[in-house]
Amino acid sequence: MTFEIFTFSFMHRAIISGIAIAILCSIVGLFLVLRRYSLFGDAIAHSSFGGIALGLMAGIYPLWTAYGVSIVSALIMTRIKDRFNISGDASIAVLLSSGIAVGLVIIGLSGGFTLDIFSFLFGSILLVSVNDTILILSLTGIILIVILLLYRQLLYSTFNEEQAKVSGVPVEKINYLIVFMAGITVVTSIQLVGVLLISALFVIPNVTAIMYGRGFKQTAIISMSFSIFSVVAGILISYIFDITPAGTIVLFAIGIFACTMGIKSTGLLSRHN
Amino acid sequence: MLKVVEIDHLTIEYPDVKAIDDVSFTVNQGDFLGIIGPNGAGKSTLFASMLSLNTKYKGTIKFFGTDIRKSRNYLKEIGYVPQKPIFEKNFPATVNDVVKMGLQKESDESKIDEILQQLWIHELSKKRIGELSGGQQQRVFIAKALVNNPKVLILDEPVTGIDQQSIDLFYSILKELNSKQNITIIWSSHDLDAVNKLANHVACLNRTLFFHGESDDFFSNDDLVKQYSEASMQEHMHHH
Repeated sequence: MTFEIFTFSFMHRAIISGIAIAILCSIVGLFLVLRRYSLFGDAIAHSSFGGIALGLMAGIYPLWTAYGVSIVSALIMTRIKDRFNISGDASIAVLLSSGIAVGLVIIGLSGGFTLDIFSFLFGSILLVSVNDTILILSLTGIILIVILLLYRQLLYSTFNEEQAKVSGVPVEKINYLIVFMAGITVVTSIQLVGVLLISALFVIPNVTAIMYGRGFKQTAIISMSFSIFSVVAGILISYIFDITPAGTIVLFAIGIFACTMGIKSTGLLSRHN
Repeated sequence: MLKVVEIDHLTIEYPDVKAIDDVSFTVNQGDFLGIIGPNGAGKSTLFASMLSLNTKYKGTIKFFGTDIRKSRNYLKEIGYVPQKPIFEKNFPATVNDVVKMGLQKESDESKIDEILQQLWIHELSKKRIGELSGGQQQRVFIAKALVNNPKVLILDEPVTGIDQQSIDLFYSILKELNSKQNITIIWSSHDLDAVNKLANHVACLNRTLFFHGESDDFFSNDDLVKQYSEASMQEHMHHH
């Protein structure tokens, strides 16, 4: 059975989509973590819950409504935060709770929970279709190209907004772009780990990679590697032992994080050059 | 003489206080201007407006003859070193990464090595910025400011919290940039002795400008120096 799983086409789709999502979450998440916006992914995911409920009620493919609702609400929240000077963590709390509230009300109106809602809450990577896989790969490709093209501006405005402004970086536009990319990434990743565990993929591989004391590009590569490993190992192990993939993936990520902390506490991660 | 900066009747008001009150002065190419003034004198506020970080002011600020409200292209010609750059201590950026952030054109990457060597931080290029001492960090920020060959360098109390040896090295670098590369320097400082040694022009700011001219004229006039010291002392007592 162990080798047989590599022959299933649903497993190929799951692993290919999983790797793309792992790369996407880790690079977009790195910018969020460094901006002290670690829970922003969580907030967008929760607001997407409202979008999913809306889609299910209206009979539209729920991920489309989730894309719309989460991106629009995240951009509005960012605007409100800047305009009324609300702190980042408070704005995250507002976004997070309003998404869940809207979702719960819509679910109530449409007659209660369904199996579909559970697959969005906890992910269903083994069920991704060919079309889903194409969509995930295309969005990953587009976001990676945008990040490569605007790499300096993204990094600089994350490092120090004021200095980036003086150097002519359009910081406000870049901030909105990051929110927009985070919105797309979160909804794309819902199929892998679900609404509830999404921020794990944004945060854990990145805080782990940062501990290795490297520069930005190397940190991003380390984070992506850990993320890919967790996703692939999580999908395979969960299938073999018939457990939930989302939870297994996140536990692998936490395992790497714990090992890294262990290695770091022995002093082996200090730089010599 | 080419005028680099012309500030004309600049006033910056906050709801309860005038941070800058009707200040006018000019900086010519090649000047090394030391702006001195006590805490709260408006030095950082003045710089924020000169850098277009604050646009709520009355009066005009011109760089290279153009009103900065009309175009921000002048920023390409400016290197800015902030007082104490704020960043996450474990931010995953090496010295090389930080200097590269300042680079306007990717094609100029060879310039980075040259500048790191000039500022004696070449050996640190692969270290993370957060691992360096305050003095080393400040040299990295100078390197970042210089990497586009700026015509003007603006420094806001750049040696706050740095050890004396690093300060001396820092000052000798500034002096060389001004005398050998003809970079116009606008530098705010608390340190009268350092301004006396380095700057050829002095602007004495305490919300209003109470002196602007050649450095020798200021430091040879005991009354002016005494007046500045008293104002500075009063402000110091006020803050403590």
